Amino acid sequence: MLRSETIAVAMSGGVDSSTVAAMLCAEGRNVIGLTMQLWNQRRLTGHEGMPESVQGRCCSIDDVYDARRVAETLGIPYYVVNHEERFERDVVRPFVEEYLAGRTPIPCSLCNNHLKFDQLLIVAQQIGADKIATGHYAQVAFDECHERWLLKRPADRSKDQTYFLFGLTQEQLSRTLFPLGGMTKPEVRELARKHGLVIAEKPDSQEICFVPGGDYKRFLEAYLSEQGDKPPEIAGEMVTSGGQVIGEHAGVHNFTVGQRKGLGVATGSPLYVIQIKNDTRQVVVGKDEELYSRTLRARRVNMISTSELREPKRVAVKIRHKHQPAPAMIESAGPDEVRVTFDEPQRAITPGQAAVFYDGDIVVGGGWIENSTQ
Amino acid sequence: MRRVYLDNNATTPVLPEVLEAMRPYFGERFGNASSIHHHGQETRAAVERARESVAALLGCRASEVVFTSGGTEADNLAIFGLARPGDHVITSTIEHHAVLNACKHLAASGCEVTYVPVDGRGLVDPADVKGALRPNTKLITIMFANNETGVVQPVAEIGKIAAEADVYFHTDAVQAAGKIPVDVNQIGCDLLTISGHKFHGPQGVGALYVRKGTPLAPMLHGGSHERARRAGTENVPGIVGLGKAAELAAAGLERGDDLKMAAARDHLEKELLAIEATGLNCEGAPRVPNTTNIYFDGIEGEALVIALDLKGLAVSTGAACSSGAIEPSHVLLAMGLRPERAKASIRFSLGKQNTPDDVNFTLGLVPETVARLRELSPLWPKSAVST
Repeated sequence: MLRSETIAVAMSGGVDSSTVAAMLCAEGRNVIGLTMQLWNQRRLTGHEGMPESVQGRCCSIDDVYDARRVAETLGIPYYVVNHEERFERDVVRPFVEEYLAGRTPIPCSLCNNHLKFDQLLIVAQQIGADKIATGHYAQVAFDECHERWLLKRPADRSKDQTYFLFGLTQEQLSRTLFPLGGMTKPEVRELARKHGLVIAEKPDSQEICFVPGGDYKRFLEAYLSEQGDKPPEIAGEMVTSGGQVIGEHAGVHNFTVGQRKGLGVATGSPLYVIQIKNDTRQVVVGKDEELYSRTLRARRVNMISTSELREPKRVAVKIRHKHQPAPAMIESAGPDEVRVTFDEPQRAITPGQAAVFYDGDIVVGGGWIENSTQ
Repeated sequence: MRRVYLDNNATTPVLPEVLEAMRPYFGERFGNASSIHHHGQETRAAVERARESVAALLGCRASEVVFTSGGTEADNLAIFGLARPGDHVITSTIEHHAVLNACKHLAASGCEVTYVPVDGRGLVDPADVKGALRPNTKLITIMFANNETGVVQPVAEIGKIAAEADVYFHTDAVQAAGKIPVDVNQIGCDLLTISGHKFHGPQGVGALYVRKGTPLAPMLHGGSHERARRAGTENVPGIVGLGKAAELAAAGLERGDDLKMAAARDHLEKELLAIEATGLNCEGAPRVPNTTNIYFDGIEGEALVIALDLKGLAVSTGAACSSGAIEPSHVLLAMGLRPERAKASIRFSLGKQNTPDDVNFTLGLVPETVARLRELSPLWPKSAVST
């Protein structure tokens, strides 16, 4: 890698991305700090009981100040770029629509695909940076044999973020650095301290950046109220897998496959949401064993380690962020569609989440879960 | 790296003479201007001399000048000092946020506010102002020159309308003072805002002209400073700097500095407009001599500002929000520009410190940077010319 390369670092004001900037500076690279302004945290204040303001999260003024102070410490140019419009179009609206359609979305992946590794990369190129670097825990490598850029799991498995990065294209991977891929979180904090960064002790952020306190139901209601949209008709029946109506519910967005609490029905044995039917707005509930499925269909698939799936392939598939990848066969099921067949039935396969395919440490590809079948 | 600063509508560097004038008031002349002893008398005299200099720049009496912490405070004092619940206020869609957000606050606390539009050149039509008058109209607040486009509004005509209707007229002259002649009697305004740092004075000091007899209620309550219109110990070094800057600005206008400035701006503008698919925002409107606002189709203004800054040229687009991110200009949108074009617009604003060489540096940098951005832009049709 050329020392003269200019690298734009996506800085959130947190420990990880700040340390990335410090590492690249220490290597003598030309570093430019960029923060994406994605969401006005005060925007929904006053709608449907949203809290006054949200501190210490993505796009909060405090985080921008932190990022700016780190940039000053490192002596690098730093800019905030405004991508609020596109964030709302490509992340927030789909997030709302997915919930209203009875699915459980992952906005972070959408943000990675449409903002961080798309818009930010364009801005980076326009201002003269050859690559971008982020604080994600993941690794990029080039497979000389197959001439493919690979996405790999990081050294610190507990921090693995590859699940959210399955949508990266070859072009995006070729212009991306993940300098933390070989480090553990404690090592990163230690390095931040060593570089004298003010944010070294800042706690990790976990939640969805635009949803205060993780209360996505309140967010949906506030957003719809702000838009002046009447919440669409989302109430419906609660039924058993046998089709028996056992109650009513106020909206499909209140439910996630596998959910047990807050169903509003009382029966002898524990009941779980096993399916949300978009067309009839029925929430199907059943026993724990009814939550297990062996196959799923993934759409809008992005392949990474190979350009296409010519024949069935044995992989391990992860169906939610905290899921242990499970052995499965994947095979093509049409353009950009893949059928996944697990060796063992998996619990609570949830439409709207991602199915990401792993071959050891290598991310083969991934797609969005459309449905599952027993 | 060589750095050229063409963002003088955001702020200007303090001129050396201004700094020299201020210096003693950070040191040996430290008195509180309200004190009765020698030290207080010394600074009181300096404050009053500065008041006379500001009055001379604006064509008013010294007793009609109230010093404030800047343009925003002066705008707020004018608006909140007069408007009461039940009153009607007329403003425009292109005001600075110091006026717009003050009016928004008024509207939320029992006042009615009318926002008159602007035409495609960025000009308010005085007939619209007249048409907006109501029996309960208390105040018209319309800016003298716009900060983003430099367009000079027909304030004298609006002043006549206000006088005929017996309505108070405030004008935010922050971008006009020091750049073009500003005379409160020619304008016929009752209140007028200026800010020191927009014409080579220091930041953190401004003034509000308040026509004698205007019943202005103070916003800050405390001592009886500034004839009980603005409590708080005077910012003596700042006020002295503002006075010196006003003196220098008046002398400059006397010498015809504004014409020289306009010539430099026109040269810059003509050469920039030679780049394909560009255009002048506010074509055909009268403007202050230092400002030009140009759209470069197919680029994001934000990326151009950053790319130019990394090469040493400071310019700007739109207004920055609290995080420092750029928002599409409400002024250009109000003129009817489509959002992509508003976002592709850049403001170049000259100051007294700029040299012909600064203009040449700019002309050497902008065309190639615009070309590179367009090459990488998803908005720019490859191998085609947008019209």
